[in-house]
Amino acid sequence: MINILIICTNQPIAETIARLIDKMEDWHATTALSLNDALERCYAIKFDVILIGSGISQEHEDVLNLHIQKLNVQTPIVKHYGGGSGLLYAEIYQALA
Amino acid sequence: MAQTVLHTANTRGAADHGWLKSFHSFSFAGYYNPERINFGALRVLNDDFVTGGMGFGEHPHDNMEIISIPLEGALQHKDSLGTTATIQSGEIQVMSAGTGVYHSEYNPDAANPAKFLQIWVFPNKRNVEPRYDQITIDATTRNEFVQVLSPNADDAGVWIYQDAWFNMARFDAATTKTYQLHKEGNGAYVFVLKGSIKVNGQDVDTRDGFGIWDTDQFEITASTDAEFLVMEVPMQF
Repeated sequence: MINILIICTNQPIAETIARLIDKMEDWHATTALSLNDALERCYAIKFDVILIGSGISQEHEDVLNLHIQKLNVQTPIVKHYGGGSGLLYAEIYQALA
Repeated sequence: MAQTVLHTANTRGAADHGWLKSFHSFSFAGYYNPERINFGALRVLNDDFVTGGMGFGEHPHDNMEIISIPLEGALQHKDSLGTTATIQSGEIQVMSAGTGVYHSEYNPDAANPAKFLQIWVFPNKRNVEPRYDQITIDATTRNEFVQVLSPNADDAGVWIYQDAWFNMARFDAATTKTYQLHKEGNGAYVFVLKGSIKVNGQDVDTRDGFGIWDTDQFEITASTDAEFLVMEVPMQF
């Protein structure tokens, strides 16, 4: 199972992205609506990819990067663009490659 | 020395959803080609055919500059910003999705298809306030580049959050013009809508895409009467 975390403050968009990910066989999406929510989840689960969605500042992204480095899990963190299915799968395939 | 890439029309990704037929110059939705992800900040170039009366139901977007150029017919647009508008051939629409926007697009003509280009450009700033605009394009000028998009609100055409310039052109056969790039580090992706052209001597035919970078100018010659779109974007962004 490929575990993917989406961090996005826009809940409807986060849910749309999660639904699109969960449609894919062997992919599972988890959503976090804030940095703290994302950090809690990262300490509980080893994610294969973390997608940074809308509403997440560069400062919060940097904090997340630091925590991922501390956890030494080498999870790729990629910015998600577009808010839907258009670019989503390519972003994940590239992150997993 | 200029570097180039040619994407012939028949190598594009294709999707057929019945009511929507789309050709993807770059990886999009179910079409994934790691060799065709983007051209600099240009990430999506979809050549869409929408059956009469059909369209895209409400769906979200975020953090993307989305440009639609109808080629035939019209599209009715509604979004969560409160915009209700119809765009038709001869116009250009831009939406900065920023923090998030929902929209729907339908072909209001039940009898005839709508054909349009959907273009996505990576923004140079994330999480901006969403915005929408549309304008009419100068469709009469021939043998000149007609600017339809820039980074500047007070310049010709619509504007976006990126150092990008788009020009439409209708050239008579044998017309030659030099395109001067606006900014160092930018490249240009030329997409032919009708006819055939040569870009620095390279044949580029209908629905082919040709990218050129590491240069500050290039020459376009129309092999036939031709219509094309020049999309200048940053190669690093």
